[in-house]
Amino acid sequence: MPGYRHTSLLAGALALAAALAFADSGAAQDRGGASTVEVSDEGRELYEQICQSCHMADAKGGGVPGAMFPALAGNPRLADHDYASIVVLKGRGGMPWFTDILTRPQIAAVINYVRGHFNGYPDAVTVADLDRITTANPPVPDCNCGH
Amino acid sequence: MTEPILPTTRRDLLTLIGKVGGGAALYQAMTVMGHAAESQFTGPPGLSGAKRGASVLVLGAGLAGMLAAYELTKAGYKVQILETQNRAGGRNMTLRGGDVVTELGSVQKVGFAPGNYINPGPWRIPHHHRTVLHYCKELGVQLEPYIQNNTNAFVHRKSAFGGKPQRYRDVVTDWKGHVSELLGKALHAGALDQAVTGEDKAKLLEAMRSWGVLDKNMAYVKSEKLGEQRGWQRPPGGGVNGEPIPNDPFSLSDTLDSKIWETLGFFAEHVMQPSMFQPKGGMDHIGKAFQARVGKLIRYGTRVTKIAQDDRGVTASWTDAKTGATGETHADWMVCTIPATVLGQIDIQVSDAKKAAIKALPYGNSVKIGLEMNRRFWETEDAIYGGSSFTDQAIGLVSYPSHGAFSDGPAVLLGAYPFGVGAYILAGMTPEKRIQAALDQGAVFHPAHYKSEFRSGVSLAWSRMPWILGCCATWTEESRAAHYQNLVSLDGRIVLAGEHCSYYGCWQEGALLSSLDAITRLHQRASAA
Repeated sequence: MPGYRHTSLLAGALALAAALAFADSGAAQDRGGASTVEVSDEGRELYEQICQSCHMADAKGGGVPGAMFPALAGNPRLADHDYASIVVLKGRGGMPWFTDILTRPQIAAVINYVRGHFNGYPDAVTVADLDRITTANPPVPDCNCGH
Repeated sequence: MTEPILPTTRRDLLTLIGKVGGGAALYQAMTVMGHAAESQFTGPPGLSGAKRGASVLVLGAGLAGMLAAYELTKAGYKVQILETQNRAGGRNMTLRGGDVVTELGSVQKVGFAPGNYINPGPWRIPHHHRTVLHYCKELGVQLEPYIQNNTNAFVHRKSAFGGKPQRYRDVVTDWKGHVSELLGKALHAGALDQAVTGEDKAKLLEAMRSWGVLDKNMAYVKSEKLGEQRGWQRPPGGGVNGEPIPNDPFSLSDTLDSKIWETLGFFAEHVMQPSMFQPKGGMDHIGKAFQARVGKLIRYGTRVTKIAQDDRGVTASWTDAKTGATGETHADWMVCTIPATVLGQIDIQVSDAKKAAIKALPYGNSVKIGLEMNRRFWETEDAIYGGSSFTDQAIGLVSYPSHGAFSDGPAVLLGAYPFGVGAYILAGMTPEKRIQAALDQGAVFHPAHYKSEFRSGVSLAWSRMPWILGCCATWTEESRAAHYQNLVSLDGRIVLAGEHCSYYGCWQEGALLSSLDAITRLHQRASAA
């Protein structure tokens, strides 16, 4: 669904995100260098920089039942307008929330890329949607992640 | 001359207390004096007297699982271990030439020369991780110093010093100097007169002058005294030109751009403080030492699909990875060390609260990249022996081997170790692109040699490890409050263990402490049953 590719990659429109993504509680975990890397504002690039580390370049997920990353491509659960937003905002299972490392416009951009390019759902997710969901704070949908 | 009666050193005093008051008094005295309070480890559990025929099924042959098996076997239990991989050790792993790394989506063969290795998981052991150190000693794992701090290594930020890396020592000295100068100005201006007494003000001014290496006017400027901390433009020598020439310090603004306080903060953490150690020849010697004791109990290539329990025992259903055959293993009790990322996808018969805890535990991601170089140019050209150079690029750091200094021939650098965004970016790349990115980024520290001396490389993205799907558990204050006790509670006949069930997340110490706590509680219940 090329129409949903955000092609407005403005020069300099890069947001900084701290690599130390998560507040840690208790004793400090082992960690390496504190990289501070520019993350794109564009959906496809965001997918490549962040999401495909787990969901794979083709968005088909990976692993075997009982130990897998769910496919995002052709995923009927993403038809629900808010579903992906809830998961990205709140995390689910082994997947962390991404509010610490992505801005709201970035979250909307990458969700629209995944719902558009990999699924063809036409209804865009906006930052206002993310704000609404954050306020409503719905429970994270349970999943049998090997859908 | 009479022998002194009073102890003259702390050690003498402690020896005296130990002799007079015994171990408990010694421990209490040491705690008061600030010793020994660094770990909850009080020694091996010494469990004994298991009921005749009692059995425990351990899921996972990582360090937590193998330690549980080791101690429970000594206590008299009949123990079996199911392991999904065809190897033991879990995240305790070392990659050497000929090894194969199988990720989701890729396979790499390690091309390192004989003797070279990289630890893609745990790689250093702080002096206060007493459990790991204890079992290394007990199991005969030889340790050597791991070089954690190296003030001669570099710090690099894309937006500081025009992108040019600087020696850690120089930037830290300047940070100290500028802060001292500013505090001195504030004190002189009377800005802190409400906060400090006149006496303390005088002491502070003297401290700032000395600590910050300020001149007589309380200014942070070039001086021979400063050269003694910061290094020299021309170092001290002999003869005619023996006189050293100091360097100009960096400006306050440049020093602030470096954000050096973050690196200082990193090294200030207890878990990052030396002394630190590593097993000689690779971290996996710890896993192999446990495997030598309990390996015969392990059924490899066995993927658990379902975990059930009733009032008589536990059952794990599994699939054999090679044959596809299915089976069940029964026991009286269970220690489950399966990572939460995977356990959350398995049907497990525990309380709803424990299920919720398992599913509320996301895992951070990390990537490590080993780069084998033809020779140790970081030693010969830059006088860097161990330690790490830090960068805010995706790779996070370059870390230099603590062992083998001054040797000829190829050596392996740790070419990347980020969490967070840097780790996601590298993990999403193909192995070839990861190596290229590591070379491109690491070359900022050693531009003349980094690419030309490169021989081979291997990367491991923890999110792509099919048996864990991440690096280690990420807790928050909120999730600790809501779920931690539910996660670690003994649930009927099942107890969980692993780094995710500890307050030492991502450390082997956490895995081992969790395991000892879990089996101690399990043994208590089994003994009472």
